[in-house]
Amino acid sequence: MPNSSASDKTFRTAFALLGGSYVLLLVLLLVADMAFASMEQFRLQLGKPEFLYSIQLTLLSCTAAAALSLLIGVPLGYGLARWRFPLRWLVDGLVEIPVVLPPLVVGISLLILFSLKIGGTSLDAWLEAHLGQRMTYTVPAVILAQFTVAAAFAVRTMRVTFEQISPRVEQVALTLGCSEWQAFWRVTLPQARRGMLASFTIAWARSLGEFGPILVFAGATRMRTEVLSTTVFLEFSTGSLEGAVTVSLLMVAVAMVVLLVLRRLNSEV
Amino acid sequence: MITLNQVSIQSGSFRLADISLRIAPGEYAALMGRTGQGKTTLLEAVAGLRDVVAGSISIGGRDVTALPPALRGVGYVPQDLALFPTMTVAENIAFALRVRGMAREAIATRVADLADWLGIAPLLARNVRQLSGGEAQRTALGRALAFEPKVLLLDEPFSALDETTREEMHRLMHRLCKKTGVTVLHVTHSRSEALALATRVIEMDDLMN
Repeated sequence: MPNSSASDKTFRTAFALLGGSYVLLLVLLLVADMAFASMEQFRLQLGKPEFLYSIQLTLLSCTAAAALSLLIGVPLGYGLARWRFPLRWLVDGLVEIPVVLPPLVVGISLLILFSLKIGGTSLDAWLEAHLGQRMTYTVPAVILAQFTVAAAFAVRTMRVTFEQISPRVEQVALTLGCSEWQAFWRVTLPQARRGMLASFTIAWARSLGEFGPILVFAGATRMRTEVLSTTVFLEFSTGSLEGAVTVSLLMVAVAMVVLLVLRRLNSEV
Repeated sequence: MITLNQVSIQSGSFRLADISLRIAPGEYAALMGRTGQGKTTLLEAVAGLRDVVAGSISIGGRDVTALPPALRGVGYVPQDLALFPTMTVAENIAFALRVRGMAREAIATRVADLADWLGIAPLLARNVRQLSGGEAQRTALGRALAFEPKVLLLDEPFSALDETTREEMHRLMHRLCKKTGVTVLHVTHSRSEALALATRVIEMDDLMN
C-alpha cells in the first residue's frame, strides 16, 4: 500500500492484531483437535455405516431445511422490507425469536406443539391417524427443527437484500405494464440472486450446527434421526472423546466443502 | 391529454389538496416549484404510483383514478432513471413489449428502430451499469417510449447531466415531440430547461392557490 504514514501503519497493525487473534483462536482449536485425533480413528469412523448414514442425512436435511428457509425467507423478507401492514412490528419481533432464543427452547416448543392435547388429540396423533406418519422422532422432525431456526436467519438476510434494492425500479416496471407479481419476478428477484444464495448458505450452515432442537424434537436414534451434530453428542456421551473429535473434524471438512462451493457459485451469479 | 380534477393526495403528514390541471394533447408542460412542494408526488399520482384521496385523474379522456399503473399507458422516467440493472440496453427497451407478449421479431424490430433513433444502437448488447449519463438517459427514454404511450412523465431526468449532454437531450426531446406528438408532463427545477423544452410552464404555487 503506497504512501502510508506512521498512523496508517498503527491503524492497520492494530486491526490486523485484533482480527488475527480470533483467526488464531480458530486455527488453534482445529490444530488441537487434529493433534488429538488419529488417522486410525478417521479410518474407523469412515468405515461405520452409522456414520455414513449420519453424513447422508445431514446433507439431505440441511439442504431441505435451507431450501424451505429460502422459500419462506423470500416472501417474508420482501413483505417486511416493502410493505407497511397492521402488526408489522409484531411479525418483525416474532421472526427474530429463533435468532435470540437458545435453540433448545425452540426444540422444546416444537415438542410441546406436536404433543399438546387439544380436544382429545394432539397434532402428532392427528398426523399419524391421517397421514400414517407422526412428526416427533422422525426425519421430517430433524428438518423441521433445523428449518425453524435457520428460516429466521434466511428471512433476516432476504429482508436486508430487498431493502437494498430500489423500489423505484419496481415502480417503473409497474408503469411499463407489469402486475406487482410480474415486477417482482422479472425485475426484483433477478437483483436478489446474491442475497438468495447468501440466505441459502446461512440457512444451510445454521442447520448443520443445529443440535439442541434436533435432540429434543427428533431424538438421536442411530440409523434413523442421527445427524453429524448428534453423532458428536452420541460419541461423547458414550465416553469416546476421540470419536467425538474425529466426527467434529469431518464435520468441519463437510462444512468447508459445501460453503466453498456456495461461495464459488456466489462469485459466478 | 391529462386532466386532474380537484385531486388531493395524502402522504404521511404531507398533503396536496384540490389540484386541478389540464394538459392538452401534444402539449409539453413543464411543472416547476420549490423542493418539497409535491411536484414528484403529483407526477407519481398521474402514473398511478400514489393513491389519491379525493378527485379524479383522466388520461386521454379516460378516468384512470382507480386504475393500476400498468393500465394507464404512461411512459415514466424517474430522476434516478431506475434502469433494470440485471438487463442489457436492448432488454430494458424491450421490457414493456415483452410484458405485453409481443412477438420476438416485432420486438427486435421495434428495439432496433428506437435504438437507432435514440443513437444508442451500438450499445444494445451492453449492460446498463456500463453506460454514461447520457447513454443511460436515452435508454430510459427508449424504455418508456417502446410501447408508444400517448403520455410521457419525466421527473427531472436531465438534472444530473453535464451541460453539453443536457443540450443534446433537449434536442432529442424536441425531435421526439415533433415525431410522436406525445403529451409531456416534465418536472424540473431548471427554468432554462423549462423554457427550452416546454410549450407551457406550470408553477406549483399557481396550482395550489
